[in-house]
Amino acid sequence: MEDQIKKNTSRAYIVIGVMLLISILYASASANYMYLNVYIWFGLAYGMMLQYGRFCFASASRDLFAAGVPRMAVGILIALIFFSFIQAILAATNMSTFHPAPAGIHTVIAGIIFGVGMVLAGGCASGSLYKIGEGNGTSVLSIMGISFGQAIFVTAGGPFLKLVPESWVQSSMTKTWLPRENVTSWFDYYLTGFIFDRGTIQLSHTKLFSGLPGAWKYFIGDALINAIIPACILIVVIYSAYMKKGFLKKRARHNKKNPDNQIPVSGLGVHMTGIKDMILASKRTTMMGVLIGITAGLHIFVMKGMQLKYNVTNFGQLLTQMGHGSDTGIFGNVFDPGYWYITTQEAQFAGWIMEKIGMDMRHNVFFGVVNGLPELWRNPALWMSIGIIFGAMILSLIANEFKFKAPHGELIVWGLLGGTLMGFGSRPGLGCNIGAFFIRSAGGDPGGWLFGLGMVTGAFFGVKFFNWWTERKMAKEMADF
Amino acid sequence: MAEMKFNKTGDDTFELDVCGFVCPHPQLYCKKSLEKMEEGDTLKLVFDNASSGETIIQMCEQAGHEILEQNKEGGKIIYLIEKG
Repeated sequence: MEDQIKKNTSRAYIVIGVMLLISILYASASANYMYLNVYIWFGLAYGMMLQYGRFCFASASRDLFAAGVPRMAVGILIALIFFSFIQAILAATNMSTFHPAPAGIHTVIAGIIFGVGMVLAGGCASGSLYKIGEGNGTSVLSIMGISFGQAIFVTAGGPFLKLVPESWVQSSMTKTWLPRENVTSWFDYYLTGFIFDRGTIQLSHTKLFSGLPGAWKYFIGDALINAIIPACILIVVIYSAYMKKGFLKKRARHNKKNPDNQIPVSGLGVHMTGIKDMILASKRTTMMGVLIGITAGLHIFVMKGMQLKYNVTNFGQLLTQMGHGSDTGIFGNVFDPGYWYITTQEAQFAGWIMEKIGMDMRHNVFFGVVNGLPELWRNPALWMSIGIIFGAMILSLIANEFKFKAPHGELIVWGLLGGTLMGFGSRPGLGCNIGAFFIRSAGGDPGGWLFGLGMVTGAFFGVKFFNWWTERKMAKEMADF
Repeated sequence: MAEMKFNKTGDDTFELDVCGFVCPHPQLYCKKSLEKMEEGDTLKLVFDNASSGETIIQMCEQAGHEILEQNKEGGKIIYLIEKG
């Protein structure tokens, strides 16, 4: 046991050394790669915090519905509250890289598909990455599902083009700035004939809040109204639905056992104590919620700082300056979210592999126009994902929790199927649990809550399925006694 | 290949082995096993997915089950839970 702990600690130092070496190599290759190094180290920080807090969006709704445990749902809401406040400060000082996205019924549908997928896979997009760092082989399959699911979804043409409504085709044709050879898939028409026509909402930019003096529109509209109040309401709802009864029962039991030391069992103060207890029930999750919220805000601040330092708005401009123009889309951009984001870089990872085996991955809007298809080692956001894996690995090795678990039997099916559904859901939703829900909800975009609503609904059905499945297996096991 | 194993090991003792299983299976099987047991029975839960631990602890706390022991053996995590 002692030997194992020592071995794991040494391995953790090796991983830290490798990450340092990679950073030094990039920094020595070009000063421009400092931009990429920032993604690596923020990824590493996210990975450590996710692993320590067992922070997973799939677990939020799944543990709530399946086991009545609210720790993760509460942790995410706490992170959202802190992140929204920091987002407001950044927007007020013109240091934000946040941009809202078009929302509608498509956002809810995408959320539902994503929600079912994350429950089946056993982890959300970021959760699956940190679990790879813990040695979870099923999560590797889930990330493969997300990656290839997206890459196939965004490039599927042929018979799928028959599903494209005529109105999308007509609208797409009016985009004369778009080379027609790049509009080849079902998803290209979805983007150029549907999504591009839809407006976006950010509360601070609406008539209701834009007239507020100074920077108040960001604090009142984006943070307070769009994030903090809904998050607080949800915390109260979760307490009422899952914790209140047990909390009051515990107090009543105490009074029965201690007639001389009675404690109140009703009133606002009692429920405030109950909510506080619920929030602090899992200190490590709540603490990481606060830290993740602050770090996600700091990440935006640093990325904006890098853009100002290099006088660019996208890493693609730096790649072009360095002679790597083929990495970018036709307008010189690569996927460079400027904040915590997961899915698009995984799609690029799969797209890169598919291109290497001879498939045409450039004549489409997703890779060819909007996000580019950089070499893996020059993909900034992909380094963030790799950072998450290694950050989680470092902490799980130090805590002696790392264990490689090869996927087997049914877990192979759940990992691949769940991951693919997450991939399919994240594209029409324009992001995952992070990009489409967390970042948007905290940034003043109500569309983020629509994706969240869909995600929780999907998770509910996923849990129903798993409840039935485990019940069936338990019955088989219990047949012997 | 790992399989879920739920056994009655004595009059009022049970063992659930979900090694090799990842989220959400360990917590779901643990919950289902406790549901099948009587108050006062004890469950020896063996799992190796660290991420499930935090949820299992809170689930037991809320449901009034007591975690009598928490041990680590190699890569395995072992909880002894008394149903409340």
